Amino acid sequence: MNQYKNFFPIMRHYKDLAYLDNAATSQKPDMVIDAVADYYKQENANPLRGLYELSQKATDAYENARKKIAEFIGAAKQQEIIYTRNASESLNIVAYSLSDLLLSKDDEILISVMEHHSNMLPWQQAAKRHQAKLVYLYPDKNGLITIDELKNKLSAKTKILSLTQLSNVLGAEQNLKELIKIAHANKTIVSVDGAQAIPHNKIDVQALDCDFYSFSGHKMYAPMGIGVLYGKEKYLEEMPPFLTGGEMIDYVDEQSATFAELPYKFEAGTQNVGGAVGLSAAIDFMESIGYDTIIKRETELGRFAGEELSKLPYVTIYGDNDFSQHHGVIAFNIEGIHPHDVASLMDSGNVAIRGGHHCAQPLMRYLKCNFCCRASIAFYNDEEDITKLINRTKYIRSYFNGAQ
Amino acid sequence: MALNNIYNEILMEHNTHPDHKHKLSVSSDCKTAINPNCGDEVLVKKGINPSCGDEIVLELNIEDDIIKDAAFNGQGCAISQASTDIMADLIIGKKIDEAVELTDLFIKMVRGEEKDEEKLEQLDEAMALKDIAHMPARVKCAVLAWHTLNEMLKEKKTAE
Repeated sequence: MNQYKNFFPIMRHYKDLAYLDNAATSQKPDMVIDAVADYYKQENANPLRGLYELSQKATDAYENARKKIAEFIGAAKQQEIIYTRNASESLNIVAYSLSDLLLSKDDEILISVMEHHSNMLPWQQAAKRHQAKLVYLYPDKNGLITIDELKNKLSAKTKILSLTQLSNVLGAEQNLKELIKIAHANKTIVSVDGAQAIPHNKIDVQALDCDFYSFSGHKMYAPMGIGVLYGKEKYLEEMPPFLTGGEMIDYVDEQSATFAELPYKFEAGTQNVGGAVGLSAAIDFMESIGYDTIIKRETELGRFAGEELSKLPYVTIYGDNDFSQHHGVIAFNIEGIHPHDVASLMDSGNVAIRGGHHCAQPLMRYLKCNFCCRASIAFYNDEEDITKLINRTKYIRSYFNGAQ
Repeated sequence: MALNNIYNEILMEHNTHPDHKHKLSVSSDCKTAINPNCGDEVLVKKGINPSCGDEIVLELNIEDDIIKDAAFNGQGCAISQASTDIMADLIIGKKIDEAVELTDLFIKMVRGEEKDEEKLEQLDEAMALKDIAHMPARVKCAVLAWHTLNEMLKEKKTAE
């Protein structure tokens, strides 16, 4: 077992498993699991409210994690970090609250056809509520939104652009900085779905100059159920709250209420403090490995997987022919075999991949494939995992061909 | 679980060479099989598996309460395609009530709720899908056609 897999108890438990579904969720290292357990063993109480020492410890754990997250993504202020359950919830907050603030009839919202359903359906709903128009950007053959495509689709009515930084199917990273500059010049506010990007690349929200940035913890080695919405303070201040209730108020009387200051205005109800502590530990974990190592390993393994698969004449791979640009995400089909059969037959050979539409049905139709298989790599994978994937692909093909 | 318990010869054969994957020839005054004006004899129903987007369209030719012919179209995985073809084999010549009972039995079998081999023998080749019960993620693929048929026959009964 390679030294990186050894950090993960699940890898020690399933020694023969080639886990290649990291774009769905990553495995969790000891460091994260232990941090969550320690929090519940030694610091658990309801934060922000209690007037006793243990509650203060829980509050500190919660707020220290927020500080670490702010530093990790280069946010200017801690209060720009809102805890959520996951990227989907973060994107829903932006789509509901920002559209309530900004949108009028006939305004336009711009997204790409590559969006995960979580950065598509909230905008469909927002467009319906405000009688606005949802306009689509289409990628080039490598999965990139070109400057021209953006310029063609922006209009005086485009109030919001919400774009994935890295497609969960094609693995291509958008040239966000340039795209954001152009959108801003058009007075368009930019929201970024960073769920797939943040596990693979160092993010600096101020350098990108995005107005909102959403991501999940569970794809970057943290527990499920904790996510983040970063938003520029000036917008978060103006936006109405999303959920209302406990912990998010300033003063309440029978008919009205005033709301708490940022970030608490967007954090109704008792929060997932254990998850926040786990996310903080996941950041420590990633920093201890280092993005240099993460990027190098994922790039090399992605290239290896893409090149080996593309040698098989019955395999079609989607996206850039330069597989080092895929961030370890390889979407493919084996000719004549449905991805669900492929995934089941991979599973019986201890290879875990995803098969289906990847929560991106419009993109699948755009690629004219309806569904596909996806192997997605994390830095803890190794050549042995990829070799298993390739060998199993050959086996599945011969198994089905033998039946003809 | 051993791979060949699921992807066995029967399933692979029905997937590769389905007997009933075609459009039913219906009376000449009917332009398309999906046209609701086709007449009472041809029933058409579409089934969708939302988790994978698989779609099948089932067509039945029913006369005097007996399923005279059955056919399907659509795309899907080997399990859903073979399961549909096996089902068509099984129900042709059966009375509506018998077919409904068989679909109920099949659904119980793949959910692991019915294990009595004697009862299950009524399912004939569809017994080849018994071990799907051990692959919960794929049960939906196997039952798509059977659910669709079950619903369409019950709808017909209700309409009468």
